[in-house]
Amino acid sequence: MSLILLAEQVLNGLQFGIMLFLMAAGLTLVFGVMGLINLAHGSLFMIGAFAAAAVAGATGSFLLALIAALAAAAAAGALVEVLVIRRLYARDHLDQVLATFALILIFSESTRWLFGSFPLFLNIPETLSGPVTLPGGIQYSLYRLTLIAIGLAVAFGLFLLISRTRLGIRIRAGESDREMIAALGVDISKLYTIVFALGAALAGLAGALVGAIQSVQVGMGEPVLILAFVVIVIGGIGSIKGALVGAILVGLTDTLGKLLLPLFFGLFMDNASATSTGSALASMSIYILMAIVLVMKPSGLYGARA
Amino acid sequence: MKIKTLALATALAALGTAGLAEPLKVGMITTLSGGGAGLGIDVRDGFMLAVKQSGNTDIEVVIEDDQRKPDIAVQLADKMIQSEKVDVMTGIIWSNLAMAVIPSATAQGKIYLSPNAGPSALAGKGCHENYFNVAWQNDNLHEAAGAHATSEGYKNTFILAPNYPAGVDALTGFKSQYKGELSGELLTKLGQTDYASEIAQIRASGADSVFFFLPGGMGISFLKQYADSGIGLPVVGPAFSFDQGILQAVGDAALGVRNTSQWSKDIDNATNKAFVESFQAEYGRLPSLYASQGFDTANLLLSAMGKASISDAEAFRAALKEADFSSTRGDFKFGNNNHPIQDIYVREVIKEGDVFTNKIVGVALEDHGDVYAAECKM
Repeated sequence: MSLILLAEQVLNGLQFGIMLFLMAAGLTLVFGVMGLINLAHGSLFMIGAFAAAAVAGATGSFLLALIAALAAAAAAGALVEVLVIRRLYARDHLDQVLATFALILIFSESTRWLFGSFPLFLNIPETLSGPVTLPGGIQYSLYRLTLIAIGLAVAFGLFLLISRTRLGIRIRAGESDREMIAALGVDISKLYTIVFALGAALAGLAGALVGAIQSVQVGMGEPVLILAFVVIVIGGIGSIKGALVGAILVGLTDTLGKLLLPLFFGLFMDNASATSTGSALASMSIYILMAIVLVMKPSGLYGARA
Repeated sequence: MKIKTLALATALAALGTAGLAEPLKVGMITTLSGGGAGLGIDVRDGFMLAVKQSGNTDIEVVIEDDQRKPDIAVQLADKMIQSEKVDVMTGIIWSNLAMAVIPSATAQGKIYLSPNAGPSALAGKGCHENYFNVAWQNDNLHEAAGAHATSEGYKNTFILAPNYPAGVDALTGFKSQYKGELSGELLTKLGQTDYASEIAQIRASGADSVFFFLPGGMGISFLKQYADSGIGLPVVGPAFSFDQGILQAVGDAALGVRNTSQWSKDIDNATNKAFVESFQAEYGRLPSLYASQGFDTANLLLSAMGKASISDAEAFRAALKEADFSSTRGDFKFGNNNHPIQDIYVREVIKEGDVFTNKIVGVALEDHGDVYAAECKM
């Protein structure tokens, strides 16, 4: 195995992690601030991708498609919060899981009703397609590099938002004591709508960005949702920093595990069984990582509450 | 039911009409919602088109959605057999669902016509006189891809498929007909959507070509990312990743790719031409190979209905086995294990106007059966 391959895989892991972060950031905010388990977060990812595909198909502009994805997912998020989620804050987690699971079914079937059962077309914009050569002779997709840059920029923006703005102060206050800030005169229900829409917009952005290199189809959000839950459990619920670190850890573990485990078993097994044992163990690797983190730190890497 | 059928048959015979025109109830369980819905919808539409064109009013079709879940498929099958009292069953797309439903249905004396799934377990030792596969045995298209890779002179192919039974069968099928070396072999996670890691390994492996079996959304993701990586090695695969339903979502990334299929919209025979035209007129889209399989399945059933009565199971099976219908694929016959013996073509993805589609560029395997037939004691 060459060093170039390893470097390329590290970039792949980083890119995968950054995309997971966009999903996990919204999920962890909603879970941390509002105490709500939102299974329908994956549907917002799907809405972003479908909105982007529809707008890109109609206008041919990828930038407009991204804006549409953000707007559509944020609007869907705000609508869902006002109509459904608002009634669930006082209920226990089981009711929330049931209601948001119902939302998954509603979103999936309405998307199929609107767009049909066949996958939609959404491609990388012309200017970002193809590989670039990085120092050291690594050939890497320009689009994936752009994804890493966008993800890091969003992470930095979120950090500023949470730590430096009035909205951020309120979000942090809401996280630690929601009755108290309501008593201090902050409109808590408006704050919750904003947080939910913000999380939804991030998921929609991730859906549109990832949709361009994957397939835009009904049900695309649920596999990512599971990974996003793993990320926030590893990172610590409610922590944006934890989501970023957790996402990158998961991304690297998954990508490097797929590469290295079959090679490792190849040292003392024949090729076919090394491939199957290695692949099987690689698909478990992130869950093993989660288990280890939970044993060492039961509330996650940056979790405030036990 | 039996008495009613008997009474009906006697009444019809008394009327002096052909005793064969006996009502027949078909139970179709297929995937109409969820990720794989496009395939089930195509099979259903192809099947119903053939029924409609036949003008045969003695056939009644009950359609149910299995949501691609084995447990739901089993419940639906029980309902169809026990309360709907269907005579013939069909429709299942996925091999894992097929294995959950078909053995028990055929054991209860129902005829099963598979429009898609062809697991090896039902082609070899587990073959059954009531089970007919109208599509292919699972390995077939991969064997054809291996034969094509050999005839193209590929020496060092990189192969990959998802880590589940049909994926492992795919790699086995490819290797059985491929004579060159393998530069690498990967089993990916089922449902995986990011192939950056695999693509990096292909680049590093020094391969001269790539074979992949990644059905549905997995194939779309792989092809888009592969095209973007700029590797540019020739790619071969079975038709599942290049069928009419998903080609538009792959776009330019699929252009020029060779894939193997038992059907293509440009197979030159009158039945196929009429099928493609009427399917387009009826549904406003080009048919896929799944649609052609649904259409052929219905025509096979209709041909048997014209020859024998469903109440005489022996005669009805014999009529099915004759396969005396005009297939969209041209020549079609059943082997001893009731699986097709047919030509498998090599197609190339082209662009016709704004629409991506396939054209035939050669024949990979002629009159091809399957390797499991020898194990079947029929």
